[in-house]
Amino acid sequence: MKKVVEGSKGVAEAVKLCRPQVIAAYPITPQTHITENLAQFVADGELKAEYVHAESEHSAASIVLGASAAGVRAYTATSSQGLILMAEVLFNIAGMRLPIVLTCVNRALSAPINIWNDQQDSFAVRDAGFIQLYAETNQEAADTHIQAFKVAEHKDVQIPVMVAMDGYILSHSYEPLEIPSLKEVDGFLPPRKAPFKLDPKSPLSFGVMGPPTHYMETRYHLHQDLKNAKEVVKEVDKEFGEVFGRSYGIVENYFADDAEVVFVSLGSVVGTIREVVDTLRNEGKKVGCLKIRLYRPFPSDEVREMLEDKKKVLVVEKDISLGATGGLYSDLVTSLYGLPKVPSIYGFIVGLGGRDITTQTVLKIIEESEKPAQADKFIDLDEEIVKLSPLAERRS
Amino acid sequence: MPRNLLAPGHTACAGCGQALAARLVVNAAGPDIIVTNATGCLEVFTSLSPMSSWEVPWIHSLFENSAAIASGIEVALKALGKSGEVKVLAFGGDGGTADIGLQALSGMIERGHDVLYVCYDNEAYMNTGVQRSGLTPMFARTTTSPSGKVWWGNFRPKKDMPAIVAANGASYVATASVAYPRDLMKKVKKALTFEGPKYIQIHVPCPLGWVHEPSLTPRIAKLAVETGLYPLFEMENGKITRVRKVKNPKPITEYLKLQKRFRHLFKPGGEKEIEILQEIANENLRRYGISDSFAQVREEKEEEMKKFTLEELEKFDGRDGKPAYIAYKGKVYDVTESSLWEQGEHEGVHFAGTDLTEGMEDAPHLEDVLEGFPIVGELEGEGE
Repeated sequence: MKKVVEGSKGVAEAVKLCRPQVIAAYPITPQTHITENLAQFVADGELKAEYVHAESEHSAASIVLGASAAGVRAYTATSSQGLILMAEVLFNIAGMRLPIVLTCVNRALSAPINIWNDQQDSFAVRDAGFIQLYAETNQEAADTHIQAFKVAEHKDVQIPVMVAMDGYILSHSYEPLEIPSLKEVDGFLPPRKAPFKLDPKSPLSFGVMGPPTHYMETRYHLHQDLKNAKEVVKEVDKEFGEVFGRSYGIVENYFADDAEVVFVSLGSVVGTIREVVDTLRNEGKKVGCLKIRLYRPFPSDEVREMLEDKKKVLVVEKDISLGATGGLYSDLVTSLYGLPKVPSIYGFIVGLGGRDITTQTVLKIIEESEKPAQADKFIDLDEEIVKLSPLAERRS
Repeated sequence: MPRNLLAPGHTACAGCGQALAARLVVNAAGPDIIVTNATGCLEVFTSLSPMSSWEVPWIHSLFENSAAIASGIEVALKALGKSGEVKVLAFGGDGGTADIGLQALSGMIERGHDVLYVCYDNEAYMNTGVQRSGLTPMFARTTTSPSGKVWWGNFRPKKDMPAIVAANGASYVATASVAYPRDLMKKVKKALTFEGPKYIQIHVPCPLGWVHEPSLTPRIAKLAVETGLYPLFEMENGKITRVRKVKNPKPITEYLKLQKRFRHLFKPGGEKEIEILQEIANENLRRYGISDSFAQVREEKEEEMKKFTLEELEKFDGRDGKPAYIAYKGKVYDVTESSLWEQGEHEGVHFAGTDLTEGMEDAPHLEDVLEGFPIVGELEGEGE
């Protein structure tokens, strides 16, 4: 049934359909609308779940960890500083192979404090061992959550999933969304079957100490299983398509086949890039876009296959590993390294802290691509403000 | 003897008070329990992969989230409809509880999770090499509160965790000591009869950190109680309900001199510090009414004493597991724990649930035998 809803409400509806048994969260903008909606569902008796008002994100993550270890389906959502406060627990959840689902409503990191959108938060925890999926639209965000539980709990995966959606741009915007019926979702997503859980009938020890004789193999398992999860993400997406009529792939090729210049990006900005690609295509320019939906495990093979014969690859991202490059850029370089003919790879940092990304921004990137490649080119900087830095003299 | 739910063969040091206490706790509470464990010695010495000493389901996550993990498990059990069947226990050391884990513990209590939190208090960060925590006692020497030309060891008193957790809303709070294993196990069992969050803090000597002979663990723990430095008491719904009395409190030097963490206090110049510690012990004796020469707590309690009629008193006859109360000069005493009052009978002639004011005249002892028994109320119309 199609409904005009806010992105956050769409995600909350999707999560509700997945019948989580435990939800724990702590308020942070812009995640709040998701958890508020879920609380209302529980308050109204529409969703039978234990809703826990955690006293911090660290505890919210810990509560879903404990609940998941006890065998139930558990969900949490957060943003920005909340995700960073959870960071310690996220590594632990993945290390213990607990298949929770977490929504990261993407927001910038402090300092300076900034409540607007970019993707520095989820990128900062990309090494936690979670599967990371980035949504371009609200429909995709909602659908991805239903897929996420199925992927996480798959018998060959047992790895938590983080669904990243851009704050405000997605979370606070209204669109007509197709919300599946409970019956359809029940058919697609069976109740969780935990192969191992905390149960006095069969006492197991979780989170034991892994000495040098055992630690490395445990991490190796997680790494291998995370890489193998790529196939499960594909399968589940395909099956979702068969049932619900929508599927997204792990990467998406938008006019990239015959393109000479290809944008690579992830999240909602892909929508803006598509518009520019359409315009340039109309002008007869061979431009395309590669959308990355699955960021961890990184789909290196797919990326390589799609980009190996391109002239230029323009990576557009809303995150930065300060002192190095954007995270996606470094993954692209790694994936394309060693090809007989490596494309020129450009790294563009855009939209940090909610700076608008318009079609003009994307066109500027096209202009920049006429120049020699740079790994960390900031677009749309206000030069007047740049000059205000007390260190500006030294810089010039 | 029932099976140990914390199996032997773990790698704790000889004389480890925590290992002993943890075994008593799980044996008293188990087997239908799930245990969460903060990072620390207990986690390390029981779970070195690929082995585990735990015969109950057990989970270690991080240092500061034992209470939050327990909260998650408790709600999961609710969701599974198993709340009554399986009890959740959260373990932490003094650092994991009073310092880094305090926020998660406060959240767990405030939200009312049905969890028994057990703090094993060995008074420093032993797992990382004896660093000072918020529960390290005044003037104890640790690796981060050493004694030197300027410092006399740790310079802050112990954080009052029982008062904090009680103020947060814990239904039952108790302190215990590994020197009193039966009392400890009884408190664990009693705690589990309370709904909601409850807290037990157990004093557990650490031979390595306190620097004492491993064989002295029980003796040192006992001296901590007998000097008044570690008061043993119970609180129900924020009020102190029972205190372990000490007839003749021992001078604290008897406790201090057995541990090298206090050795610097016996050097010239340390007299003042010993005096201050003695005053801390004396203050405990006063505050909790441990020694009868200080009756402050008892006086406070009298303001809200329960009134018993003779009929009501009769119900506490000590038979079949019921408490044994007796009245004397208008006050009602709880003699349940006395071995002289088994099944509510004393010498075959006196019975619990009755007023024994007149019987005392013929007794071969004076009324001071009643000192040390908790007063639980007053006999109606019989006030002094």
